Amino acid sequence: MSMEKEIHTVSVYVSNKPGALARIAQVFSRRGYNIESLVVSPAFDGHFSRMTIGCSGSADGLDQIIKQVDKLVDVLRCIDHTNDGSVVKEMGLIKLEVSSDARSEALQIAEHYGCKTIDLTDQSMIIQVVGNPDKIDALEKMIGKFRIVELVRTGKVVMSRGNECT
Amino acid sequence: MPNKIEEGGQALIKCLESEGVEYIFGYSGGAAIPIFDALVTTENNIEFVLVRHEQGAVHMADGYARATGKPAVVLVTSGPGATNTLTGIMTAHMDSVPMIVVSGQAVSWMLGKDAFQEADIFGITMPVVKHSYLVKETNDIPRITREAFHIATTGRPGPVLIDIPKDVSAGPFTGDLRAEMDLPGYRLNTDVDNDVILRISEAVAKAKRPLILAGHGAMIAQADDVLMALAEKANIPVTSTLLGKGIFPESHRLSLGMLGMHGTAYANKAVCECDLILNVGSRFDDRILGQPDSFCQDATIVHIDIDAAEVGKMIQPQIACVADAKMALEELIKHVPVMEHTAWNKHLDGYKKAYPLKFKRQGGLKMQHVIDEFYKQTEGRACVSTDVGQHQMWAAQFYKNESRYDWLSSGGAGTMGFGFPASIGAAFGRRDDIHICFVGDGGFQMTFFELATVAIHKLPVKIVVLNNHYLGMVRQWQELFYDDRMSGVDLEGNPDFVKLAESFGVKGFNLRRPGDVKRVVETALAYNEGPCLINCEVEKTDNVYPMVPAGAALEAMLVEAPTQKMAKPTGST
Repeated sequence: MSMEKEIHTVSVYVSNKPGALARIAQVFSRRGYNIESLVVSPAFDGHFSRMTIGCSGSADGLDQIIKQVDKLVDVLRCIDHTNDGSVVKEMGLIKLEVSSDARSEALQIAEHYGCKTIDLTDQSMIIQVVGNPDKIDALEKMIGKFRIVELVRTGKVVMSRGNECT
Repeated sequence: MPNKIEEGGQALIKCLESEGVEYIFGYSGGAAIPIFDALVTTENNIEFVLVRHEQGAVHMADGYARATGKPAVVLVTSGPGATNTLTGIMTAHMDSVPMIVVSGQAVSWMLGKDAFQEADIFGITMPVVKHSYLVKETNDIPRITREAFHIATTGRPGPVLIDIPKDVSAGPFTGDLRAEMDLPGYRLNTDVDNDVILRISEAVAKAKRPLILAGHGAMIAQADDVLMALAEKANIPVTSTLLGKGIFPESHRLSLGMLGMHGTAYANKAVCECDLILNVGSRFDDRILGQPDSFCQDATIVHIDIDAAEVGKMIQPQIACVADAKMALEELIKHVPVMEHTAWNKHLDGYKKAYPLKFKRQGGLKMQHVIDEFYKQTEGRACVSTDVGQHQMWAAQFYKNESRYDWLSSGGAGTMGFGFPASIGAAFGRRDDIHICFVGDGGFQMTFFELATVAIHKLPVKIVVLNNHYLGMVRQWQELFYDDRMSGVDLEGNPDFVKLAESFGVKGFNLRRPGDVKRVVETALAYNEGPCLINCEVEKTDNVYPMVPAGAALEAMLVEAPTQKMAKPTGST
């Protein structure tokens, strides 16, 4: 049994019903799994919702959780996308304290990561980054030489490639 | 009486009736009044059973469902009425019992505002239901009711809660009573994978020492006939879980009785020595595994279960078949060859002779003696319920069940207070059968108030109080593993159970001496004017054996009292 903690990406396709999120969250918490990130939004068909759940824990435990989520009455499917090559994206907003003389360096780093500057004042700026979570982690590290006042990440969303279902 | 359906409550009653509901067990209250009113204003064939506490209602519904195979219905009010059902819902959930619990709720616009008798029962019950609804639109009642019954009874059954705010049940109904279900996420495993069946049959054909483990899933699937045919065709011995008791006749030459913590020595030895275990509808509960890592280490493990989430949860099988137990066995039996297994069965017969279940008929009165006498005089044909504890294990050992639906016991949850109301529910469902309810003095006092219910309805329930004035199972653990330090187990202050029964109009008998067992049991069984109670003053400090200490391997089973001091058990409870 592998007890090693891994970061997993799980997608859930679920009927848009009250309580559905609570039921799913309960399966994770009952098994002592911490949900690291959670994104819920309406699916293309508005009767359903898409969830992407980032969580950490042993792979064995997750297998059991996925089966238990999958059997919930409201859940159409629950899939573990960990290491399956799916597209995983996230957006982050970072508010920096930057004085005008340091601004050009900050912008240089932001540009390298393909960020957009979406707010700018004399003493601060907000940059927006989109990419896989590793990229945002890396930016966080680089831009950390300036004072990060606030950082908000959306949590990752996942989509399978080709004809595979999410 | 008007037949026109004008309000939500009336629609609900009509829907329940069309689902074939015979009884509703429950307790009235403010938020449920529109539904109770609809019971009167709507023409219907449903009998409402007013209990004395909501927990009694849920256990009655549970007993009814287990004894008939049909879903049962509970109706309670909001707040405390609803929360009192919690233990019963959890009990049904753990043991996969189909049940619909309808609760009244405060009016919609007061939800979340701490209204009088408001409790978020939808949220509170979420971990212990198969599914649940908070009804927001009166016209949704028919669809939701239909879905609730479908969900409760199909696949792996379980309890479903329907919480109905008072304005919804009292609101005008303009919908369609035959509304369709809308359950896109609810998928049932109906197909049996033939490749898997072939792999199982090959493994069974190769096995020299095969063993069938029959669980509650086999019972729910009504797989008894095909199970018997398979066992006899290939001469495979059968052991059952606590909840599987009766799916295979325990008096059959191939039966090994129950396995596990207090199972028979020969069943546990068979598990240790088999080279293939065919698990039909058991979830490999910790009570039967002992130590999961050493369970059937050298055997091929085959797991047939309708719930995919059970496969690999406790034990990783070599072959898994996610399917209905009966459908799977019906395919399997076509491919399994006729086999004798003479040596293996002879070997196990040797264990049956060497380690029989036994007790002393001399000295103080034993619970086993009373149970055994009821078994003999009813020839294993009564519908038996138990509470939880020592008497439950002895009843499992000594009351050998002949057929399905005759054994009602809280297995997964181990709910004290279950046995008596469960027996009442069973008696409602099967009025012409004999119902014996073995309860301890502890558990009986948790729900004895239902003596009123059993008396009012003159149900043929024999309440056998196995009274040792102790919480015997905990006392046994304290004696064996905690240096005999008794803590919280002495039930001093027990009432006079015969007088208690008589105060409700229930006939009572006392039984004190082993010499009287035969006569008193005869008298109680012959008593034909409704319920009766037999207070059995049994030995205070007897212990249940065999016993596998929690968390220990089945090999570590104690077949009799240990001579050495025991270490504290490592397993859960």
